[in-house]
Amino acid sequence: MPKGTGWRISLICVFVALSFLYLTPTLVGTLPSWWGTFLPKDKIHLGLDLQGGTHLVMEVETQKAVEGSLDLVATDLEDTLSSKNLHYKHIARDGEDKVSVVLYEKGTAETVQKLIKDKYPSYEQSPIFDEGGYAAFTLRVSEKDAQERKDKAVQQALETIRNRIDQFGVSEPTIQREGINNIVVQLPGIKDPQRAIDLIGRTARLDFKMVREDISPTGTIPDDAEVLKEKSVDPVTGAVTEIPIVVQKKSMITGDLLTDAQVRIDSQFNQPYVAIEFNSLGAKLFDQVTAANVGKRFAIVLDNNIYSAPVIRERISGGSAQISGNFTEKTAADLAIVLRAGALPAPVKIIQNVTVGPSLGQDSINKGLYAGLIGVLLVVVFMAIYYKLSGLIADLGMVLNIVYLMGALAALGATLTLPGIAAIVLLVGMSVDSNVIIFERIREELKLGKSPKSALDAGYDKAFLTIMDSHITTLITAAVLFQFGTGPVKGFAVSLSLGVIINLFTSLVGTKVTFDLFLHKGKVKKMSI
Amino acid sequence: MELLGKTRIDFIGKRKISFIISAIISIVGIIGVIQVGRGAANMGIDFSGGTAMQLKFSKPISIADARAALHKNGIAKADLQEIKDGNKLLVKMAGATVGKSSEMVQAAFKKEFADNAFTVESSTEIGPSIGNKLRKDTLIAAVISMLGIIMYIAWRFDFKFGVGATCATIHDCLAMFAVFYLMNKEINLLFITAVLTIAGYSLTDTVVVFDRIRENLHKNLKGSMNTIFNDSINEVLSRTIVTSLTVVLAASSLFFFGGEVIHDFSLALLIGVLVGTYSSVFVASPIVVLLENRALAKKAKTV
Repeated sequence: MPKGTGWRISLICVFVALSFLYLTPTLVGTLPSWWGTFLPKDKIHLGLDLQGGTHLVMEVETQKAVEGSLDLVATDLEDTLSSKNLHYKHIARDGEDKVSVVLYEKGTAETVQKLIKDKYPSYEQSPIFDEGGYAAFTLRVSEKDAQERKDKAVQQALETIRNRIDQFGVSEPTIQREGINNIVVQLPGIKDPQRAIDLIGRTARLDFKMVREDISPTGTIPDDAEVLKEKSVDPVTGAVTEIPIVVQKKSMITGDLLTDAQVRIDSQFNQPYVAIEFNSLGAKLFDQVTAANVGKRFAIVLDNNIYSAPVIRERISGGSAQISGNFTEKTAADLAIVLRAGALPAPVKIIQNVTVGPSLGQDSINKGLYAGLIGVLLVVVFMAIYYKLSGLIADLGMVLNIVYLMGALAALGATLTLPGIAAIVLLVGMSVDSNVIIFERIREELKLGKSPKSALDAGYDKAFLTIMDSHITTLITAAVLFQFGTGPVKGFAVSLSLGVIINLFTSLVGTKVTFDLFLHKGKVKKMSI
Repeated sequence: MELLGKTRIDFIGKRKISFIISAIISIVGIIGVIQVGRGAANMGIDFSGGTAMQLKFSKPISIADARAALHKNGIAKADLQEIKDGNKLLVKMAGATVGKSSEMVQAAFKKEFADNAFTVESSTEIGPSIGNKLRKDTLIAAVISMLGIIMYIAWRFDFKFGVGATCATIHDCLAMFAVFYLMNKEINLLFITAVLTIAGYSLTDTVVVFDRIRENLHKNLKGSMNTIFNDSINEVLSRTIVTSLTVVLAASSLFFFGGEVIHDFSLALLIGVLVGTYSSVFVASPIVVLLENRALAKKAKTV
């Protein structure tokens, strides 16, 4: 054997063995149980474009979370001042980052300012100013606190969405944060994407509010009340009617006091409803509220839509209640899921939704493989005809390339997309390029009358730089595409960059060593090229 | 086997014709790029924002009927396109709102073609903010990779060869834009990916030619520039053609058999490889000849 061949051959064989080792989990359906303990079990993942599924990007409207917490501060201040017998005219959120407080006297205002300073030290208070004869000031949330609140909102939204998806039941979902305000959700192989999207995107803020029967929905609405709509769907015609109802703005109980929500079927009307359980605080509040308001109506409000507005017939202790409405079993089940998983801290907006059906995915896999096979065959045949035996060696190099590339993709747990398959097919063409450059050079050297062995060495030496050049420039673009690309493009970049690096190895080491084996000792008089 | 024996083609002498052809291609390409920049070209929804759907019907459906059905149900602006095999219909709505438009289209077809059931093979909805971000990211990616390639060329070649190689690379990218613009094909993320890939790849052929020219320049200083360049190109001609041919074989199998999802993508790659081969012979080399001759003339004057 010629010098330096041994280690090169062993390297090639080790890589082949490793590639097949890493490919085993992808190729074999079920692995024996001992496999995972000390052997790689990562697979080549299929991208959503091949597998079918849904890719969502959602933006959390974080400003709403800040506004929501300012609303809470305002309500809390109202309660605190009332309990301390401090009279106020008006306390409410004002714009994006302030709560405005208006009081009757300057003296009270000063007391209130002191009180706020103790209770909400991080808020900035404006000096007291005169507003139409009243003493007023504002509380401003600091930039840093607002930012923290926003950040926390995205974090909470992520958790909530993860909870909902877990309960909905999707295998191998990906849920992650992207950038500052975005959440990316991938649901591979999902059958009913629209239902999942509705489930994930719903804010699911549950409120129990008292109905104000004394105010007409068409008349003037006082500051502390609002008009919400109760939707009802006619089960026969499917027509939607909306009934406006005036309710108290302030909620008596909110959904964060729930511990459980389950779908039940009403035995009398065979109609599904959602049974909810409150925690101890919720149960106490519910008990108090129902005791104080027997005979009155309260509204069960979800995301500002009234689900039902029943009359309180008697005091309800024990902390359970039910939400009925025009439910199907599916909508009731979804409502139960969102109530169990909790509300989103702020509304989310879907800004990207890519859904691929399973049939198209399978079709893409088949066509991609078919195209790949034809591409490989064309190139193999061409090389064998054009360069004879040497062409076959180049073909061998190409096959090595594909095996290594698949092995590397499996080892990295990379995702294969349709453009990724395209990159592999393209690499089939590019991988023999290096050999073409080398072979043409060898042919020229042979024409000059050199022996096969020295023509071979000269061919490889002189072609080396040319091959490096073309590989490095391709690698530059592949790296950039990897950095900036998303989804399918990233898959393309991964396949391309791995392929280019591997190709460099096979063309400079793999095929060369095969030639060396054939040509050593100078026995070969004529080269088949 | 040999595709070409010894050739003696006067490539450099034909530069007037090739420059005119390339100038036309480049100008159309630049117009295409400007249209893309203005958003006036046929932009994919990944850049413009909007909704795209692929529907598979159980019976054949005419575009006119489909359009009428959409109009009747309040969807006035939609691009419709038929995919020949399997009663498939592509619906594209630029700038439509996420979440609503896909449902509206489905509802409309369900209502109007009650006896022609369909499945949604894919649907893509992209909000304007994502489109903007993607446009920005793509622009950055394009600029960085072009800079990277130019820097590599500058490091590897001397100035005149660098100018030639850079011009050829840019020429190839513009040619892809030109063809897609003229054919009114969709400019989407995959197309840009193809352009950047070709930007990296097109150098292969150029390098093969340039390496030989440099070799011959060192060996032989007697002949005129035109002769040295012509001889070098002729010497490596079969190599230039064969390297492209193998990639063309692979890319065309993708084009013909790879399915509709990557049809345009493979077309772009195919155009890029073909133009890349042309440009290394007819654009890159003549530019270097021009620069070399000018340098020689200057030298003669000063001496």
